[in-house]
Amino acid sequence: MGLSINVALIGNPNTGKTSVFNLLTGLKQKVGNYPGITVEKKEGDFRLDRTTKAHIIDLPGTYSLNASSMDESVVIELLLNKNDRDYPDVAVVVTDIENLKRNLLLFTQIKDLEIPSILVINMSDQMQRKGIQLDTAALEEALGTKVVLMSCRENKGVEELKKALINYRKLSTKPILDVASIDPPYFESLKTTFPNQSLFKLWLVITQDVNFANLDRQRVADTSNFRTQSNTNLKRLQQTETIKRYQIINDILKKTYTIDRTRGTDLRAKLDRVLIHKVWGYVVFFLVLLTIFQVIYDWSSVPMDFIDESFARLSEFVKSNLPPGMFTKLIAEGVIPGLGGILIFIPQIAFLFLFISILEETGYMSRVVFLMDRSLRRYGLSGKSVIPLISGTACAIPAVMATRNIENWKERLITILVTPFITCSARLPVYLILISLVIPNARIFGMNYQGLTLMGLYLLGVVMALISAMILKRFIKSNYKSYFVVEMPNYKWPLLKNVTLTVFEKTKSFVIEAGKIIFAISILLWVMASFGPGENFDQAETIVAQQYIDKQIAAEDLQYEIDAFRLENSYIGILGKVIEPAIAPLGYDWKIGIALIASFAAREVFVGTLATIYSVGSTEEETIKSRMASEQWADGRKVFNFASGISLMLFYAFAMQCMSTLAIVRKETNSWRWPLIQLFGMTGIAYISSLIAFQLLQ
Amino acid sequence: MQNLDELEPGITAVIKAFDIENMPLKLIEMGCLPGNQIMLIQKAPFSDPLYIKLDQSHLAISREIAKHIIVEPA
Repeated sequence: MGLSINVALIGNPNTGKTSVFNLLTGLKQKVGNYPGITVEKKEGDFRLDRTTKAHIIDLPGTYSLNASSMDESVVIELLLNKNDRDYPDVAVVVTDIENLKRNLLLFTQIKDLEIPSILVINMSDQMQRKGIQLDTAALEEALGTKVVLMSCRENKGVEELKKALINYRKLSTKPILDVASIDPPYFESLKTTFPNQSLFKLWLVITQDVNFANLDRQRVADTSNFRTQSNTNLKRLQQTETIKRYQIINDILKKTYTIDRTRGTDLRAKLDRVLIHKVWGYVVFFLVLLTIFQVIYDWSSVPMDFIDESFARLSEFVKSNLPPGMFTKLIAEGVIPGLGGILIFIPQIAFLFLFISILEETGYMSRVVFLMDRSLRRYGLSGKSVIPLISGTACAIPAVMATRNIENWKERLITILVTPFITCSARLPVYLILISLVIPNARIFGMNYQGLTLMGLYLLGVVMALISAMILKRFIKSNYKSYFVVEMPNYKWPLLKNVTLTVFEKTKSFVIEAGKIIFAISILLWVMASFGPGENFDQAETIVAQQYIDKQIAAEDLQYEIDAFRLENSYIGILGKVIEPAIAPLGYDWKIGIALIASFAAREVFVGTLATIYSVGSTEEETIKSRMASEQWADGRKVFNFASGISLMLFYAFAMQCMSTLAIVRKETNSWRWPLIQLFGMTGIAYISSLIAFQLLQ
Repeated sequence: MQNLDELEPGITAVIKAFDIENMPLKLIEMGCLPGNQIMLIQKAPFSDPLYIKLDQSHLAISREIAKHIIVEPA
């Protein structure tokens, strides 16, 4: 047993804070959520020496302690709550050598909280190239801190940082700014009202609209003469605070920091000239998207097919090697396909995050925001929403995970909510079979009707996503006013360690967190399809054999009839019949009802389920299609006609019928509220549009 | 004197004043203070957002805010 200290990693975005975190913790890190909100919580452990361990939290990037987003409030909430389990013994403020002035603003605020603070100056490998000289000793003296020069790229400074952490008790906690100087009379009255409190902490409690520990909040509310300043005045005082801090920082840097402005390369200017050019910028972005698209569609299919086949083979192996019975069935038909259904997503998730983390690491993502922001902002989306929306055409799961990179909570949430409208690849087999069934294979102006319909369905998904985004923009309230201010970071080579850790972390969290929900639902669906109440299900073989006793029927065909009869009398079959009155107005019979419910496992299951229920043994698409074409209602009308076909396509276009998407939305939004809104909202839209379409067309 | 969104790209200017009462604090923190240097690097298509160099920071800001920053070419 040794000592363990709490370390908080704090810093502006784009300072390489996460690189420092990765360097310290490696694989010993855990990514979760702060309770009740969608902000990512990264923590990890590492050893300082033989007897001391450190527990480190990588706090969200922020420019100051004045929160303008939910991510930033997390930082203040922790730093003001001494009772929090994670309250730091020592803060490590990471800064970037090139932006030291702006980065020090945050440092002075942290220091004024009287938390022992270490100043890490990152990217120190750039100093020579940029012509920067720094008097570290004088800087330490002026700020009353320990300065550690680091370079994550060259793996430098880690040992020095660890040494500084071990000796954190020796750090001075003397404030840098005399807060009272912001407005002496006001702070004097504060001091009289709360004699035992730190003035700067009080000041933050007053100005920040975040959830503080109950005690402080309550006391603030209780004291009527406390909030003697109007909001406009408070804002002005905050500005004064910032100006005063900059004065101190400028004075210090004047003595310690010199930069030769003639040095330094113009890589940024050169690359920007192309990457955000009003024509070439979009061409490059289009090519980047095309590559991502190719990779998640095309490259992923190889490992995905492999996973698919391996699990099918494993199922077969279990079936033929374990004694037949309920347990074997559960393993072979429930558990193994259930696990396969989770692992099948890994290639797409891994590839997508490989690209996203490279785009983020290089600094290109900010250029995408610059190019796309105006077009997407009017829909309540962010420039970064492009990546999730485009990835959504392959699969909504990795797409929803990709929204993590959108900083603004409201824009992130809207993107998550509308992404499932985008036509994913699982809808394609359903569309293809329905189109070939009900849309004539003829041409108009040289264009094929079937092709046009498919294109129409893709467009419909995009349009629906944008319309819903616009509606959601009005209804989702955000506490934070969003002014569009985005940093355009320097271009950098991506760090391999950061990229691989992102890919690993994203994949792992999907498998573990969303995976358990997907697994549970898929087992449930399997049980519902494999069991049924009463005689009909248990005696399926005898009953069907009785029916065919006088007829000539091949043993194989008899088995198909038995399977169909079983499915009809299983729980899922019964459920299909129960919902028939509700779906009949859309033009569906109970058999389609069963396929709709089964589609919840994955939309493409639709075709296979219909094949079973129609007792078609073959999985050949032509066979299933001709069987579907001949399916009739009791009165002789065709089940699959133009009206019901269109109605079904609309249903698949709009309905939320994918449990894996619900599971990942649950994970990403950290509550069941949003996935349930999606489930009922989207399915409601689907029901109404299918109803209108069928009633008008029939 | 002119507003930032009307500044010629590539020219260094000095921030003189704001013509709204409360400049978003975020921008102040980024160094958007009277006396500091500012340069419009490039406008996005449809002139929004604007890519600027403010003090030592490179930022993209909406035209809506840029309109309120009064500058004078240095």
